[in-house]
Amino acid sequence: MQGIYEFVRGPLLWLTFIVFIGGSLYRLISMYYLLKKKERWVFNYMSLKYSLRSILHWIIPFASANMRQRPIMTVMSFVFHICLLVTPVFLLSHIVLWDESWNLSWWALPDWIADIMALVVIGACVFFAFRRQILPEVKYVTSVADYAILAITAAPFITGFLAYHQWIEYRTMLILHILAGEAMLVAIPFTRLIHMFYFWFTRAYTGSEFGGVRHARDW
Amino acid sequence: MAVPATKLKEKKEIIDVGLEEGAARLTYERIEQVINRVITAEMAARMKVYVDTCIHCGLCSTACHYYLSHGTPEWAPVGKVKQTMWEILEKKGKVSPEFIKRASIIASTECNVCRRCSMYCPYGIDVAYIMATVRRICHLLGVTPQYIQDTAHSHSATMNQMWVKEDEWIDTLQWQEGEAQAEMPSLRIALDKEGADIMYSVIGPEPKFRAQLIYQAAILMTAAGVDWTMPASPGWDNSDMAMFTGDFEMMGRIKRTHFETAAKLRVKKIVMGECGHAFRSVYDVGNRWLGWKMPPIPVIHATQFYYELLKEGKIKIARKLKEPVTLHDPCNIVRGRGLHEMMRYLVNATCENFVEMYPNREQNHCCCAGGGVINCGPPWKTKRVESNSIKAEQLAATGVHICIAPCHNCHGGLEDIINTYKLNMHTMFFIDVLMKTMEIPDALKA
Repeated sequence: MQGIYEFVRGPLLWLTFIVFIGGSLYRLISMYYLLKKKERWVFNYMSLKYSLRSILHWIIPFASANMRQRPIMTVMSFVFHICLLVTPVFLLSHIVLWDESWNLSWWALPDWIADIMALVVIGACVFFAFRRQILPEVKYVTSVADYAILAITAAPFITGFLAYHQWIEYRTMLILHILAGEAMLVAIPFTRLIHMFYFWFTRAYTGSEFGGVRHARDW
Repeated sequence: MAVPATKLKEKKEIIDVGLEEGAARLTYERIEQVINRVITAEMAARMKVYVDTCIHCGLCSTACHYYLSHGTPEWAPVGKVKQTMWEILEKKGKVSPEFIKRASIIASTECNVCRRCSMYCPYGIDVAYIMATVRRICHLLGVTPQYIQDTAHSHSATMNQMWVKEDEWIDTLQWQEGEAQAEMPSLRIALDKEGADIMYSVIGPEPKFRAQLIYQAAILMTAAGVDWTMPASPGWDNSDMAMFTGDFEMMGRIKRTHFETAAKLRVKKIVMGECGHAFRSVYDVGNRWLGWKMPPIPVIHATQFYYELLKEGKIKIARKLKEPVTLHDPCNIVRGRGLHEMMRYLVNATCENFVEMYPNREQNHCCCAGGGVINCGPPWKTKRVESNSIKAEQLAATGVHICIAPCHNCHGGLEDIINTYKLNMHTMFFIDVLMKTMEIPDALKA
């Protein structure tokens, strides 16, 4: 057991980061070169001002018409994404690991808050899964892969939550948690989770076209 | 014996000879070959990023008037992408002639490329671009609805959309000039006047069906004392159905002719009549195909031109329209050029009682005629009107009888909606409003 643990938090973690960072960079750089090769004109239309204007209107809750028309979805997506990104970074147990390995540490969330945030992520994934089932326009475009992405995203939080509470055998759960987290990171460059990086560019381009050429708002 | 209700509701399949015969000529090999050519030679990073980023959330649905009118998922923007581009990419072009026919129907008659969904997608995915690319594939395969294909043929043969011959064009201008001189004796429609400040260009349907618009434009130009001209040669037509069929090579020829005509006349700018799609083609799409970031010669839409004339005091309003009016914001000059506030200035300057429709400005619902859909002709009319019941509701809620719509396609589309849903309304162009409200200097009167 100890051997497996050492392996998943040692070499496998290194591999995960290499694949996650390398894969994401590969996707972004290859896309940049493709753009440069075939759609070079896109760069001529890019505008920092209108890129930021567009991005801001879509990362501030209720700043777009569509968000205001769907308050529940808006709250769920924002809460979900915030918890998804903040919890793992500011979780005390994670910071302790950084401290042990690299002598790096920073402010940590109180455990009870992190606990709630993990539940929020899990709850939001359940909500999104139900939404895919219930709303016909979403169900129509949903495939197995869409549920898989939700499962991949929820898994580190489910296993982390269970490991923290130690309801089931701790070591096993911890190993599963690490594996789940690694799976999620590795999945990012190879699935639609890539939207985490692409979002900024698609928004910036659309914002630039709407603002710079069409003199219109895109929110 | 009564017919069961369900039977009555069953829709007859729409037969379009362009699609039927086009699809009948296809082979699997040819489809695969053409699609792969488009995928490798024409699609690149944008398409890939859009398809890879789309998280299948369905948030674009309520942007689309087709979806809002029908309420079922296949009408949602992402639903249409699923039925077309996803399938094409997933199967790497190994799709059937029947599939191409269906894809052409979806892209050409179930999407107005109005870009409202770009404003509803959290990533700003340009679904209109995806649909235009589907049309492009269908065009290269020769599966395009017959009526719009005919207008594209007209463009290629005559450089105008309506098979107007050169002598007919000149004759129409002179006819309108003669008519207008009865009202304003010093009025001239100067043809091919080199060095004029403005080249005024219109769409093919103006000389063909709505010649009075040229008459009215001549009155306005004369009253405002503008130094203007209209071309006597091909290049006078700014419209562009080739852009909407996916025939980009033809689009390039049309736009080049238009710009070159203006260059030959050494005008300072081009003013276009009240048309939306033509503006999109000249200001945003066609110029890019020709390698110009922005149009090589400044182009302004008629509404902006009227706005500037009013602001500069070149025309004055003598009396305002008393009847309440509403304003329809055309996609191609609002989401396409942000002219909404200028148009509101115009309405308020010329009308006493302005009632907004909701939603408005960039959020306005499309007329369902634009993007080449009305140009797919009579076979598709019923479907087009039924697919925009949301527009009928939006218009009815204003409670007024006049709707100003500064776009030809919007006019046609809205009139069909008004008649079908019995809205007791009629549409006006801004120039119609100006003719009723502007001051004609005494010196010019007959």
